[in-house]
Amino acid sequence: MCLAIPGQIVELVPGGHLATVEVSKVRRTINVDLLEPTPEPGEWVLIHVGFAMSRISDAQAAEQLRLLAMLGEDAQAMEELEGYRFENG
Amino acid sequence: MKFVDEFRDPRLIRQASDEIRRLADPSRHYRIMEVCGGHTHAIYRFALADLLPPNIELVHGPGCPVCVLPMGRIDEALSLVDEQQAIFTTFGDVMRVPGRHGSPLERKARGADIRMVYSPLDALKIAREHPDRHVVFFAIGFETTAPSTALTLKRARQLGVSNFSVFSNHVTIVPAIRAILDSPDMRLDAFIGPGHVSTVIGARPYSFIARDYAKPVVISGFEPIDLLQSIVMILRQFRDHRADVENQYQRTVPWEGNLPALRALAEVFELRPYFEWRGLGFISQSALKLRRDYAPWDTEARFEMAAVRVTDPNAAQCGEVLKGVLKPHQCKLFGRECTPERPVGALMVSSEGACAAYFNYVHRRAAAAV
Repeated sequence: MCLAIPGQIVELVPGGHLATVEVSKVRRTINVDLLEPTPEPGEWVLIHVGFAMSRISDAQAAEQLRLLAMLGEDAQAMEELEGYRFENG
Repeated sequence: MKFVDEFRDPRLIRQASDEIRRLADPSRHYRIMEVCGGHTHAIYRFALADLLPPNIELVHGPGCPVCVLPMGRIDEALSLVDEQQAIFTTFGDVMRVPGRHGSPLERKARGADIRMVYSPLDALKIAREHPDRHVVFFAIGFETTAPSTALTLKRARQLGVSNFSVFSNHVTIVPAIRAILDSPDMRLDAFIGPGHVSTVIGARPYSFIARDYAKPVVISGFEPIDLLQSIVMILRQFRDHRADVENQYQRTVPWEGNLPALRALAEVFELRPYFEWRGLGFISQSALKLRRDYAPWDTEARFEMAAVRVTDPNAAQCGEVLKGVLKPHQCKLFGRECTPERPVGALMVSSEGACAAYFNYVHRRAAAAV
């Protein structure tokens, strides 16, 4: 649960709160209420338990993906991302 | 230097390792605690101790949420499944934590409605899909995950979802560090501060460690080079006779933390007068409970619950390992009765627990070498 998964914002879901992110070609919905200002499409964020918690650079996102792979947690991170089920609120 | 070749920049790793050797005073011993379980995992995975001189000892701290959870909390929450026919939801790490009558996973295999979720919002969604059932979310984690629970509760209130409640086991890291500093059997010289927790709380809450206890604190990232650089920064403080809070992980951790997350925490939670930590005992003002406004969504306010206290199995020495008094392999059960496949204590459950990390990297590596 302390996994930090990098994701790139693809688009903001109308109505606020949520955004679509993509990582390794997988798209899922996450909550962006913990970031001010709201992240823009193209920006990378670190995701914890379905919430964007911090804004990161492209280079940091690549570094974080690599770190997850080296810690043997990349599959688990993708499983978590694919496991988010709250896309309709 | 087994893993050096796969480091992103082996040259930087060697430089940092050499710098550590230059800075470390050979006439003294340094005990540095990495507070965060994610750091513990990285330290074992990358065999970082092999890159340090023998007089620098890394002590594994309490920053693994399932490891510090007292066993009784699991039993207490699971009792609702029996008594209220509630749906029990929680994160994957909790599913394997042993309770007195088995882990949530084992209870699920015996037919209880227990569901693993990846986000507290998923638990809320299950509640909305099953308006006739009560859904409990067993919330756990430090300040990294607590804001997500807070926002989920705000959403539940906003949507008027009445069949959802949170059993909060959220804990805060700073009181635990203070308890460790005040504990007579802990002799620590410095701290590697947690990375992700600090993205939420910032660096300021650690200032008492430098000011009142004169111990250096360096907030660190998770890459091998981050951890080595943090140790360099700590040793420079010793060389210069300073004790400061420094931030090696500036690329992600703002000094003042994440303000929307801190606001959400303050709005939904308040500090409990005290809370039990496995291995550390009762620590005052170290955990979060729901504020009175959120009582309808607070499992503990809503249902009659017996406070269950379960003592750890006698032979297990989780407490000593948690406090860094024993190394994982010095526990009598390590690698025999207690393994990641069949954990007796929670330190063996999570990849962030010192015992699981030690077992997966040091123990298996040694076994493979035989």
